[in-house]
Amino acid sequence: MPFLTDKEIKKLEKTACEVRQDIIKMLLAANSGHSAGPLGSADIFTALYFAVMNIDPKKPDWPDRDRLVLSAGHYAPVLYAALAHRGYFPKVELTTLRKINSRLQGHPHNQALPGIDNSSGPLGQGISQALGIAMAGKIDKKRYHAFCFMGDGEQDEGQVWEAVMFAGKNKLNNLINIIDRNNIQIDGFTEDVMPLEPLKDKYESFGWHTIDVDGNNICEIIDACNKAKAINEKPTVLICHTIPGKGVEFMEEKFEWHGVPPNKEQAKDALHQLRTLGGRIRGEHE
Amino acid sequence: MLNKKLNLNPKIFDKDVEQVPTRFGYGEGLVELGKINPNVIALTGDLSASTRVDAFGKAYPERFIECGIAEQNMMGIAAGLALSGKIPFVASYAVFVPGRCWDQLRVSVCYSNANVKVAGAHAGISVGPDGATHQALEDIASVRAIPNLTIIVPCDSIETKKATIAAANIKGPVYFRFTREKTPVITTDKTPFKVGQAEILHEGKDASIIVCGPLVYQSLIAADKLAQEGIKVRVINNHTIKPLDEKTIIAAAKETGAIVTVEEHQITGGLRGAIAECVTANHPVPIEAVGMPNCFGESGQPDELLEKYGMTAREIVKACKRVIKRKKSS
Repeated sequence: MPFLTDKEIKKLEKTACEVRQDIIKMLLAANSGHSAGPLGSADIFTALYFAVMNIDPKKPDWPDRDRLVLSAGHYAPVLYAALAHRGYFPKVELTTLRKINSRLQGHPHNQALPGIDNSSGPLGQGISQALGIAMAGKIDKKRYHAFCFMGDGEQDEGQVWEAVMFAGKNKLNNLINIIDRNNIQIDGFTEDVMPLEPLKDKYESFGWHTIDVDGNNICEIIDACNKAKAINEKPTVLICHTIPGKGVEFMEEKFEWHGVPPNKEQAKDALHQLRTLGGRIRGEHE
Repeated sequence: MLNKKLNLNPKIFDKDVEQVPTRFGYGEGLVELGKINPNVIALTGDLSASTRVDAFGKAYPERFIECGIAEQNMMGIAAGLALSGKIPFVASYAVFVPGRCWDQLRVSVCYSNANVKVAGAHAGISVGPDGATHQALEDIASVRAIPNLTIIVPCDSIETKKATIAAANIKGPVYFRFTREKTPVITTDKTPFKVGQAEILHEGKDASIIVCGPLVYQSLIAADKLAQEGIKVRVINNHTIKPLDEKTIIAAAKETGAIVTVEEHQITGGLRGAIAECVTANHPVPIEAVGMPNCFGESGQPDELLEKYGMTAREIVKACKRVIKRKKSS
């Protein structure tokens, strides 16, 4: 990825803000779904789909493309919003999320919509699929990268550590695991429900390269992805520290917003905040 | 009367009939597939010798993936490989695969219609001394309700080899089930095999024995014994549990009016379940079941266990007589 100009960075931040607004609209229309994670990770998805990944929306099945395996399927709203903005399908379809006959299933189905690289929902399964994709790339001597996106609460699943062990053994340098370290899960804060720390040490001890990232800073995310691609010896995990509910003040840092949508009044307030403050994201770089 | 068109093993009823474990056919089939299809990949979870995939590993080390004792991850890796155009074959013991990774099979594999082939070895009570924990008697029931999945239970090593090779040509997930012990070779290379097509091995009109797996042999012995008493039963090798060959099953119900299902599996949810669903919906007739009577197994020699839990030619004979009696009284 070449050096980004200020103008280009601003444009990415604007896209992330639009993605957030679409998430609010989708959740309001669906009247169910997850708010905190998708809002908190909008910068990551924007960075991946608009700056990092080697993809072509016109050829969603291109064999040499980079893949994004969404392991935490409940992040579907942010994935859908990013894909629609990137041109995989019409944006008007976004508000059909979770509705009957929609291609936008509550949790992603790879047979339903172009650009979806895997089906997910039950946690811990995506990382293993990303390993398979990375292994296939090695066998075929292809140059694509397999990105995996996981929640932090998801790390509770035993399958994750089976996969982390396998990736270390096979030195899968074409695998980049992105963890949304927002510290919340349904029942509360991750460190109360099931402590993950020292998460970085855990991955390192399994043979991974680890990078701590400000997950709400698009430049830093892009930079970390490029570093990860340059690590030739082992797989890399980006521990992306994010603010759950980022951009909407009354949702930020509140685990109560993990799995619920905004009501009409809250959505109006949220959209107002995102439109007028740029979700305060713009301010952080100015 | 044995169906001559099927070219079954001519020595089938000899005392020294050749005996080979069904799983051996999987290993042979895989090596052959490796030769003709570069996309075929074999995965193992620390059980490469007993699931017979070690020969593939030696022949094609670059396409052989050792996953360690981690079946959930192995199933997910297979899904990822399939999503990248590969044809992965996952093998373990049936108590572990699908036993320990049903959710991964359901979501990562079947929901995505990923082209993954799943081999559950050491199924049934004939695993023997290892005891109940290692005797997969629920695997067919546990996977039969999952959409998109084809389920095959071959009767001998030759049929297993054919099923393995045929599976590579099916677009979508397949589950095969093998047993550990040596069992009689029933078919030959010339016996026809088509996924989804049950074969009538023995003709008769008094009742039908519908069977899958190595108990096909005991069913043929039972048919022979019954014939000596003047009772003529049809024996159907129903190797494909899903999609079920409904045409052959309905014809059996109509033409013989009585059915006995035979399987080395719990009598709930497996072959009997599939046959009962089909028959009751289309042409209800009395059905008797030979199989595991809704209990866990135990340690013992395979023949002792099959005897104790009633999966023998003698029990099949009794079940046939019971079902014919029911037919006549209804």
